Amino acid sequence: MRDYNFAYLDEQTKRMIRRAVLKAVAVPGYQVPFGSREMPLSYGWGTGGVQVTASLIGPEDVLKVIDQGADDTTNAVSIRKFFARTTGVATTTRTDEATLIQTRHRIPETPLRAGQIVVFQVPIPEPLRWLEPREAETRRMHALQEYGVMYVRLYEDITRHGRVAQTYEYPVIVDGRYLMRPSPIPKFDNPKLDRSAALMLFGAGREKRIYAVPPWTSVKSLDFDDHPFEVEHWDRPCAFCGARGVFLDELIVDDKGGRLFVCSDTDFCSRRRAESEAG
Amino acid sequence: MDGRHPRPLLGVRGLSKRYGARIACQDVGFDLWSGEVLGIVGESGSGKTTVLDCLSGRVTADGGQVAYTRADGSVVDMLRLDEAARRRLLRTEWGVVHQHARDGLRLGVSAGANVGERLMALGARHYGQVRGRALDWLARVEIGQGRIDDLPETFSGGMQQRLQIARNLVTEPRLVLMDEPTGGLDVSVQARLLDLLRGLVEDLGLSAVIVTHDLAVARLLAHRLLVMRNGEIVESGLTDQVLDDPQHPYAQLLVSSVLQP
Repeated sequence: MRDYNFAYLDEQTKRMIRRAVLKAVAVPGYQVPFGSREMPLSYGWGTGGVQVTASLIGPEDVLKVIDQGADDTTNAVSIRKFFARTTGVATTTRTDEATLIQTRHRIPETPLRAGQIVVFQVPIPEPLRWLEPREAETRRMHALQEYGVMYVRLYEDITRHGRVAQTYEYPVIVDGRYLMRPSPIPKFDNPKLDRSAALMLFGAGREKRIYAVPPWTSVKSLDFDDHPFEVEHWDRPCAFCGARGVFLDELIVDDKGGRLFVCSDTDFCSRRRAESEAG
Repeated sequence: MDGRHPRPLLGVRGLSKRYGARIACQDVGFDLWSGEVLGIVGESGSGKTTVLDCLSGRVTADGGQVAYTRADGSVVDMLRLDEAARRRLLRTEWGVVHQHARDGLRLGVSAGANVGERLMALGARHYGQVRGRALDWLARVEIGQGRIDDLPETFSGGMQQRLQIARNLVTEPRLVLMDEPTGGLDVSVQARLLDLLRGLVEDLGLSAVIVTHDLAVARLLAHRLLVMRNGEIVESGLTDQVLDDPQHPYAQLLVSSVLQP
């Protein structure tokens, strides 16, 4: 692949994105505008995440790409191949071996360590978007820290459903200041953002925004004192590896409505199975 | 005038606003004292609403001074206050009741959330307490407590207006700006709303600026009146004095134009 620059993007673009990333890290949770480029995949397939990854990846990196927790779905396979071809870096499915993890919808179950970077693909970065359609107004609300309207939404949920019905991209306050929309990860993964050892970067290609949660930064999910934040839990273990306290996907396995609940994180699940077979 | 404040609650001087060559209001000045209700009357287009919008900052005035004495006794010029502080005052010590309830309400969320919004914006983080305060205020504005989870869209015009009042008063503001609070309501509903407002103003010791074209509303609610025409104040004084013995030719015309049933 001599026809492309290393990691597809030209060096000027990478510098521009790195500057945005630095600013995002300096102001945790703040959405930094950047000049999003056309990428060889359509909007909504991870153009933001791909650009952030392309601007950060070096020859020594080991890349892992997941989609809904799985390493073997179309989107994950395509993006992993894309970087393998345009950079020649080593790729892996193992969370503990990766230095750079691009993800959509999940944070791996295996605890992250210092030095790792997680890049999220974000569809809609603005947490206030469905409450306030005007961009100028939402920016002002962030500037003045006027987040009462988000609590109005939580209030409505509790009034109608008896609990906060939002189960993904559950709003958080980063470092006690900015309201942030975690990319569409399930609220199950919200606690993993809090004081994480790894750097978390969020890239929204269509909306042209980058934001970040630096390592060891406090990330608090919004809640009420008498309706505290809770994550999903399942009353059964993973049907494949028997893990409890992890995020499970529901699989329909036949035409009679038979179903299985299995780990959404394929790397975590397959390694547990391999270990139990070996042991 | 109660002697608690040596300064007026609101001191307005030289307030002006132009739209191009057209003058919306010019050199408007008045004092509002604690516990006082000031009425601004005049025909459509006389600049009443512009004055109110300039006070609340919804419209940026071209010039003048709006000196507001805060609860802690300090005086700020609302026109020169930074936006964060101004918006904070608007949520805490001020309330704004719009002519059209849909401008002042969130129609897509329940009545309880509408009343609770200001509390939550100020940091209330206990659902049960927010809901309790909302129930309390719905009762005070005579909305059945069973309607707390209903959308304001399903409310009548009078109920929407009362909900808007509850939403503003829940944080116990010191000053309320009202633009035609009874506009578009039928007379019996108007009468109940006026009763309610009079009671609340008295109970809470509110100060208020009420813009209206309805002289009967002004007579019932306002202690003092300003008569505006073409963006200027042409007459001011005690309500009864202005309405019973108007001096300025325009004020005389306005008073004599009221239909007698």
